[in-house]
Amino acid sequence: AKADSVEEEAAFPPNFSVSEIKNKQRRHFMFMKLKQEKRKRKLELKKKRKKEREALGDKAPPKEVPKTIENQRIYDETTVNPEDEEVAFDEGTDEFSSYFNRLTNPKVLITTSDRPRGRTVRFCEQLSTAVPDSHVYYRRGLALKRVIPQCISRGFTFLIVINEDRKVPNGMVLCHLPNGPTAHFKVSSVRLRKEMKRRGKDPTEHSPEVILNNFTTRLGHSIGRMFAALFPHDPQFIGRQVATFHNQRDFIFFRFHRYIFKNEKKVGIQELGPRFTLKLRSLQKGTFDSKYGEYEWVHKRHEMDSSRRKFHL
Amino acid sequence: MASKSQSCSIWVGSETGILKGVSLSKQQAFNFCEMSCLSRDQEVCVLEWGDPLESEVLVGCANGTVKAFSTEKGIFTESKECGDATQGKFTGLAMMDGSLVTCAESGILKVWKEGCTDTIEINVGNGVCRMRQNPSRRSQVATGGKENPLKVWDLERPDKAIFTAKNVKNDWLDLRVPVWVRDIGFIPDSDKIVTCTGYHQMRVYDPSSPQRRPVLEAEFGEYPLTALSLPASQGTVVVGNTHGQLAVLDLRKGLVRGCLKGLAGGVRGLQCHPTLPLVASCGLDRFLRVHSLEDRSLLHKVYLKSRLNCVLLSSRNLELSGADLSGEVEEVKQEGEEDGETDEVWDAMETVTDKTNKRATEKAAEENAVKGPKKRRKVAKK
Repeated sequence: AKADSVEEEAAFPPNFSVSEIKNKQRRHFMFMKLKQEKRKRKLELKKKRKKEREALGDKAPPKEVPKTIENQRIYDETTVNPEDEEVAFDEGTDEFSSYFNRLTNPKVLITTSDRPRGRTVRFCEQLSTAVPDSHVYYRRGLALKRVIPQCISRGFTFLIVINEDRKVPNGMVLCHLPNGPTAHFKVSSVRLRKEMKRRGKDPTEHSPEVILNNFTTRLGHSIGRMFAALFPHDPQFIGRQVATFHNQRDFIFFRFHRYIFKNEKKVGIQELGPRFTLKLRSLQKGTFDSKYGEYEWVHKRHEMDSSRRKFHL
Repeated sequence: MASKSQSCSIWVGSETGILKGVSLSKQQAFNFCEMSCLSRDQEVCVLEWGDPLESEVLVGCANGTVKAFSTEKGIFTESKECGDATQGKFTGLAMMDGSLVTCAESGILKVWKEGCTDTIEINVGNGVCRMRQNPSRRSQVATGGKENPLKVWDLERPDKAIFTAKNVKNDWLDLRVPVWVRDIGFIPDSDKIVTCTGYHQMRVYDPSSPQRRPVLEAEFGEYPLTALSLPASQGTVVVGNTHGQLAVLDLRKGLVRGCLKGLAGGVRGLQCHPTLPLVASCGLDRFLRVHSLEDRSLLHKVYLKSRLNCVLLSSRNLELSGADLSGEVEEVKQEGEEDGETDEVWDAMETVTDKTNKRATEKAAEENAVKGPKKRRKVAKK
């Protein structure tokens, strides 16, 4: 009987899992072995499939596109169709029409919440170098509702308020001035110039070009136009600077680069300027009035964030 | 266009000046606008039925014109100049015995008689936000606004208000409580009037009782309540605020019965169906939503590309039975008519009703409402 049992291969009882071994070293060893086996099998399968594909040659089935969250995005019915007349009329006569009809030039006032600390102050200064015709003012504990009429009388078109929490900027209120919408964003991942690797020299006074990526829905369009209205109409291509607002999965990434065409096909870019991400929290019609203003869009986490594949911008 | 307008059961006015008709049975929305010339000063401020048979819709525009739209024919039949932009936007429109009653933000309430040029004019005070007509006693109208308390006027005796509400007592700091009446509703089968304020209060007044102060006061939320509507079932009121929260409040105790979810932008227009337990809401997020009041679920959601200002429900049955409902949406694109009408793009709707289920009762709607949003929408995109 003993000889028989020795002759059989030492086999684990069925329904055995690696986690049942009490000894940590042995358990770790078994798990590593299991993983290696799995990897080996996966590589073999891959090789086999590749061989089959080559063998079939032209008749091979097309390569499958992997599913990503952007691919699987639930179709948003508010996606703007470029030929839609009603939306075109709506956009042509909304609050930004005076900018887009070249009747006004942007003039931006950047300020913070009261008593800002180091990072926020430096962030504001760097932001003002990125946005042409912008002025940083110290917020001396003034109420925004009183600041706004004064800004309007001095001809400002935008008011940016960077909110600070625990010495770090975490919120931004972007208010279009004469009577325009107010957007409230959550700011995260702020990188100042000295924290950036391989950056170029400081931005010059030239107006940058503006790139707005992936603002497809109606709400996205409004926000995109808001960002576009921050910068002067005609970019000065001599400056070779570009500001990018890239929307992906409802997060808006702001980057500021300088580009140079090495030849017709190759471009080199240097990142300058601050880098931050924004997430829209609310869009309010009219100038800043959080208590009595009417909101065009409010982010409601429990209703809107229930699906991982649904985005609103 | 005539057939289209006849099938529309919900009418919505937008900020761009377009009158939109939504047909839930056909799952389509149509734009009815004059002469393809849109302008912001034609912004629709109020919508009201022109007659009890609901064959005419009165559209009040921001520039002071009141247009009559015939639902049978599908065109605007007449247009009347009732004031100008200096008086502010229309805050209320009513029809009384063939004469038109209009009220503007500056407080000028006018009664325009058919054929005559003379008008009865009442000044109801500055800063009016709303004027509503009593559905049971058509000669009574109520007005209210910012720092303008609720006043009930009888148009046959226009010199003095029948009832002026008194402000509540000073609050716990002995400060005067500010007044901002945003919307008014008349409770059927009784004398009572319910108002919602910009300071997130809901108040019920009883003109037949000796006290001029509110009989009941309830608070909801932290944002101004912008719209109010009374459903067919007694004892409740539906309110909406600027944050997009819709709530059903109880009128006996003043408690919140429940909230209707889904809106993302401020509510501008709210109306309950006269007989069915449905409520239609429209707002700044450019969607028209129809909720069921029994289980507070979303029944229909329609994307109408402009910001919406007001909504009007017809009293006929909104949804016909399952046979002609389908998940497919068709494109209807027509050339502009000679008289200038243009039917424009319909909208894909998130349909919730089941094709095969013949029982078109609320139960079916309920069960499908639960499953509905999770279904993949079939959209025929161009």
